[in-house]
Order: sequence, then C-alpha cells, then structure tokens
Amino acid sequence: MLKDQDRIFTNLYGMNDRSLAGAKKRGHWDGTAGILANGRDWIIDQMKASGLRGRGGAGFPTGLKWSFMPKESDGRPAYLVINADESEPATCKDREIMRHDPHTLVEGALIAGFAMNAVAAYIYIRGEYIREKEALQAAIDEAYDAGLIGKNACKSGYNFDVYLHHGAGAYICGEETALIESLEGKKGMPRMKPPFPAGAGLYGCPTTVNNVESIAVVPTILRRGADWFASFGRPNNSGTKLMALTGHVNTPCVFEEEMSMSVREIIEKHGGGIRGGWDNLKAIIPGGASCPVLPKDALEDAIFDFDWMRENKSSFGTGCMIIMDNSVDVVKAVWRLSSFFKHESCGQCTPCREGTGWMMRVMDRLVTGDAEIEEIDMLLDVTKQVEGHTICALGDAAAWPIQGLIRHFRDEIEDRIKAKKTGRVTAAYAAE
Amino acid sequence: MLRRLYSEQPASFEYTPANLAWAEGQIAKYPEGRAQSAVIPLLWRAQEQEGWLTKPAIEYVGDMLGMPYIRVLEVATFYFMFQLQPVGSVAHIQVCGTTTCMICGSGDIIEVCKRRIAEKPHTLSADGKFSWEEVECLGACANAPMAQIGKDYFEDLTAENFEKLLDQMEAGNVPLPGSQAGRYSSEPAGGPVVLAEYKGTGAQYNGSVQLAADIGDTLKRIDGTEVPLLTPWISKGAGHGSVPAAPAAAKSAVQQAAAKKAPAKKAAAPKKAAAPKAEAKPAPAAAGEVAEKKPRTMKAPRKAGADDLKMLKGVGPKLEQTLNELGFWHYDQVAKWGPEEIAWVDNRLKFKGRIERDGWIEQAKILAEGGETEFSKRAKY
Repeated sequence: MLKDQDRIFTNLYGMNDRSLAGAKKRGHWDGTAGILANGRDWIIDQMKASGLRGRGGAGFPTGLKWSFMPKESDGRPAYLVINADESEPATCKDREIMRHDPHTLVEGALIAGFAMNAVAAYIYIRGEYIREKEALQAAIDEAYDAGLIGKNACKSGYNFDVYLHHGAGAYICGEETALIESLEGKKGMPRMKPPFPAGAGLYGCPTTVNNVESIAVVPTILRRGADWFASFGRPNNSGTKLMALTGHVNTPCVFEEEMSMSVREIIEKHGGGIRGGWDNLKAIIPGGASCPVLPKDALEDAIFDFDWMRENKSSFGTGCMIIMDNSVDVVKAVWRLSSFFKHESCGQCTPCREGTGWMMRVMDRLVTGDAEIEEIDMLLDVTKQVEGHTICALGDAAAWPIQGLIRHFRDEIEDRIKAKKTGRVTAAYAAE
Repeated sequence: MLRRLYSEQPASFEYTPANLAWAEGQIAKYPEGRAQSAVIPLLWRAQEQEGWLTKPAIEYVGDMLGMPYIRVLEVATFYFMFQLQPVGSVAHIQVCGTTTCMICGSGDIIEVCKRRIAEKPHTLSADGKFSWEEVECLGACANAPMAQIGKDYFEDLTAENFEKLLDQMEAGNVPLPGSQAGRYSSEPAGGPVVLAEYKGTGAQYNGSVQLAADIGDTLKRIDGTEVPLLTPWISKGAGHGSVPAAPAAAKSAVQQAAAKKAPAKKAAAPKKAAAPKAEAKPAPAAAGEVAEKKPRTMKAPRKAGADDLKMLKGVGPKLEQTLNELGFWHYDQVAKWGPEEIAWVDNRLKFKGRIERDGWIEQAKILAEGGETEFSKRAKY
C-alpha cells in the first residue's frame, strides 16, 4: 500500500488547510519558477520519462500528447484546456482535487501551459459541481493575488492566464472536441478528426485537452523526479492514481494508490471488503460506465491497471470501480447504463442516436425476461454495428457494457427468458 | 428527450445590477470577438436568478452576446441543467439514479419524491414548493445515493434522512448539505484509512459544505450580492481575455487602469491581436475623459421607411426598439456618431461598450452606402 509520504494529493479529503498557505506548507508551489527555467523540452522529456498516461480514461501518454503541440507559433495563440467535466458514472475523483487540493491543479496548469507554449488555460468544469467551481475559483483568485499566475507568473517572465468555465450537464462534453465546441458557446457535438485539436482546436488554434488529474500530478512529478513516479506500478502502467470504490463495499471511498495492485487487495484495504465477504461478490465494473463488466471468477487474481484490464477485455478507465454484490440484478445494472447512454447521446450520428435507444429497449425486455433467446444475439449484432461507426467514442462506450454483459452473463439472461416462457424457475436460475 | 420552451412565459427578463456586473466579468474571460463562449455561464446565471430559464432570458442573453436567438435556444435545449419549465419555489430536487446510486438505493429516494412531491418528474407539488427529477450521474459516487438540492449535494441518503431534509425545507429551514451519515467528505465511513494524520486539522466542514455553510441561505434565488465579485483575471491577468468596456464592479476603475497597462509590458508574448486592441480602446467610463454630446435624432423615420438596424452586428430586436425610441432609424445616423455621441448613446443603452466592441460605426457606414457586411449577409439568409 502506498505510504502517505508518497502521495501527490495530500489533502484529498480536505481535512487539512485548503488555502494557498496550506498548500505551500504541504509542498505545492515550491520552486515553480525553477521548474519553468529548465525549459519546455526538459519538462516534456521528464513527462515522457515518468510514463504518465492520461487519467481521463483513454490512457494516452501525457508527455507524448504535449509534444504534438507546434514548437513555434504561426501567429495563432495556443491553449491548454483542462477537462473537469467529470460525468462518467462511478467517477468522482477529480471533484476531490478541485474542492480540496485545487492548488495542485492551478500549479499544474501553469507548468503544462508553459510546456506547450500556451497563452491561457481554460478549465471546463461540469455545471453541477457548483461548490467545487467556487472552491477552485477561490484557489485561482489566490494564485492571481500572489502573482503565481497572470502577468509574469511566479516571476518567470511568462504570462499565463487561468480561466474557469463551466458546462451545464452534458456527459458528451467530456469528449475533447465536444468540450471545445461547448467552450465556444455551442451545442456539445463532437467534431470530426482530423484536424486534431493540437492542429486546430479551441477557436481554431492549437489546443491540448487533458484530464484534471493528468495536470494536477505534473508539479509533483517534476519536483520529485520522473524516476520516482515511474517506480510505482508495472512498466507501461506507472505511477500513482486516484481511485474510488463505489457500490457494495463496506466503506466506499476515494483514495490514491499505486498502479498494478491486485483488485482484491484494493477492495479489502480501502473498501473494508465486500459487503458480506469476498464470496458475496458478483461483478465489478472497473473504471466507469463504458468499461465492460467483469464477473467474480475473473477477478480472483486481477491486477488493477491499464494493461491487465485490456488483456481481459475490459478497460481501466478512470480507475473508479462499481462493485456489485449478489443482491444486484446485473442485467438491470447494465440496463441502467444503457439508459444513461441513450439520455446522453448528442444525436449527431445516426448509429448512436438510434442505436442507444434501440439497445436500451431490448435491454428493457431482457431485464424482465419478455424476450426471445435469439434477441440476445441480435442485440450483440446491433452493438457491433454501433461500435466504430460514430464520430466519437460514445457509441463504442454504449456498446461495450452490453457486450461485456452478454460475454459473462449470457446464462443468466437465457434462464430469465426461459423462466418467463415456461412460468417456472429453472434449477440454474433458482441457484442464483 | 423532447425539450421545449414552457407554454406560459413572463413578459421580460433583466439581470439584477450585481448579476449584470458578474456577467460582464465573465465575458472578459474570452478573447475579443468570442463573447459567445460565455453563453452557458450567462444562461445559468439567469436561471439561478429566476429559478428556471425563460424565453425573455434566452433572448436577453442573446442580445447581450450578439448571438442569433436560435443559437442560444439550441444551447438552452441541449444542456439538461437548464430548466425550461417552472420549478418548486423552495427547491428543485435532482436525484441521481445512475448505476452506483441505483444499486445503493436511489429507488427509495425517488419513491419518496413521488409520494411527497408529485407522481411525475418536472411537476410542481400541490403547494408549489417543490419539484423533482431523476438525473444522470452527478459525480459523487463514493457517497451514493445522493441528490442535488438547489446548488448543493446531499450525500449518503436514506429514505428516512431524505424525508427529514424535506421536512426541514418545508418548514422554511435550510438543511446543511454534505454527507447525511456523518462522514466528512469521501473518506471511508468511520474515518480515513490513509492521510489520517490530518484528521481534524482543518476547517469544520469539507470544501463544498463549508462554502454553503458560510453563505447561509443556499436555497434562495440569487441576485448576485451574496458574495463579492472578484475578477482577478481582469486586474491581474496577463491580458489574454477581452477587456470589458464598462466597469464591471465598483472598484474596477482601478482595475481597468491596471488592465490597460498590462498588455504594454508583454511585447514579447506570442499573441498579437489582443494587446494593441486593448490599449487603443480605453474604457470610456473608467477614463472619464470623453464628454457626452447628444447626436442628431429624429422623431420618426424618413418616408422611405426605417433601416433594419438589426443588420448591425450586436443589435437585436430589443436594442433596435431602444434605438428607435432614442430617435435613431437609419444607418447614416449611426455612421455619423463621433466619440462624444457614442458616449451619449452608450450611457443610454443597457450594454455599455457594445457600440465600439461590435464596430457599429464602421458597419453602419458600409450599410448606409448600400454595401453588405459579413454579418448582414449572414443575418439575412
């Protein structure tokens, strides 16, 4: 288990002083000008060496992403946009950064902005986080007052503004190009790529969009060294990560932990174990709504990181798990996710707009058992036709949980349909 | 989901003075010519002031940002936080129903809403005090189930403690948000496993609850005077955003002066456009140099009929009406304004600085000669 002195987010629960003075006491904003003095290339090299992969769910290497930004400006300003539109079901980690350790984010914005030669950072926070918005704005105000950002930030000679912008309750705005559209004052509909944001993003200017946590860990990595960060976790999965346990553990919580620990150890150490003991576990959804569900027998020696989850046909996502014990109707749980994606589809691409509704209506019937056995394969076929045929990944995200459900719980669905048809509960279903 | 404007709309909408100043401050976050970016925050502020988003409010924001109304309407109907119908006078309750909350018992909370408020969501309770809806994940899953009431998150709910919250609000009290099960924030129930050394070393409440507790009455509609307006990006910023032409707050004369000086220092900075503009365009009200002079006005349009002033970028139907009332009907009238006349008109319009920001004079000159501007071509379709 990660030691307290190796934590980046030392005030995660907000129990210590949350002001600038408190943040400085815990080591933030220490020698920031010195970090900037090392230059743009040094920062990007360090980030590459640290092995940090984006913390928003896709896991793209952060240093590499920054290096896509143009080295010389062609007259257009460059922007850093920070994605604080935390709307993925089960994900509640960035909220803790913004309300309790906001200075990690503000300092990270300055350093990341400098590394990509940006003139300003826009932080796009989800609209529902009203108090979190106020807390983060208060931290930005403090940083302006102390001369840490703004004109001649940290006396480094670099001018950098940090602006807080908010959305109004659209999950799709967590997709980077939809977020940019929304930030320009339009409907949050994703753009076609290319051009990628690094070429033409916000206001048609070079833009990098990063998750809150990816940015907030930057100052500490640079202060303590890329090697320190890379020493946690397996290769290609390095670092520490904010995680959350939600649902049927004894003590749901948010915490920071090193990558590549076993799922079981995380659940027992932080979550106080599964409600009713490990054997009462039914399934988990590892990292937010779009990650396929994994049943208990796949989890006995599961490792919680990007690569293990991908090898096992799921996804690490944001690292915030939904844990379901045997009292949960897993079909209904996935139906609720289908209903979520139907609600949040922006309506731009037909396969997603129509497909999400279609999938949800078939799932409706699978929940009650009022379906034909053949419909399971038909549903699977529809998910394959939605997947990969849309501008953004929301179509994929809607398809994956259903595919995961059918992969691991087909028996349960079939039994339910049979039971409904014959009017009696078969032995297999009764055993559940 | 079908989202339409409500059948009955109020006659008008206007920001309170404090909210107007706030809005001007928000617009300054975005570069020159990108005021549209502020549409979501401005609509949201209008909703916070009124409780729900009315058609006049949508048009008011459109006028303020120089956006066609349809573009604002698109935004208002796309984003689910905008309430397009009246909500409970005391509180609108948004219960999270997505998977984590669902398996932790949000169904019980929704049952309470159905029983005590209204059978259907988005419907007012019999006494008009409450309304409710089921919303998608609100991002507080480690504290499930939860609901957002007004601006605050109420976490770790059960049917019992949720009913108690309703009782309190019905009696006119404002309950304390945050965990209703006694947790500080998102640490494990019973106390933190990690970072335990900090327990009890900081504020009484967590980051969200403390803000709500400091404000006090968090349920009432806001008029903008609840918290002081702070706009450090104007006074201390690197000058990336646009400089508001009108003073945003009482002390902003000083801030304006500071903001004007700011871009001069950063000649080496990569952005070119913002800096010279900001310098060349001193805020008239702050500088106090430009005297007013009444331009020539007319009692009625010429016989050939009035020009369509809406062809000027930034003029909507409402502003056109105001201009007509002041005695302006034709492009050539607008084209003749000098700095003093601009100051005169400026002081009689609600949107100070608009004339210069949108370049009315230049546009009017072109239109008066029978030409087309980029905006007029678009506006006519």
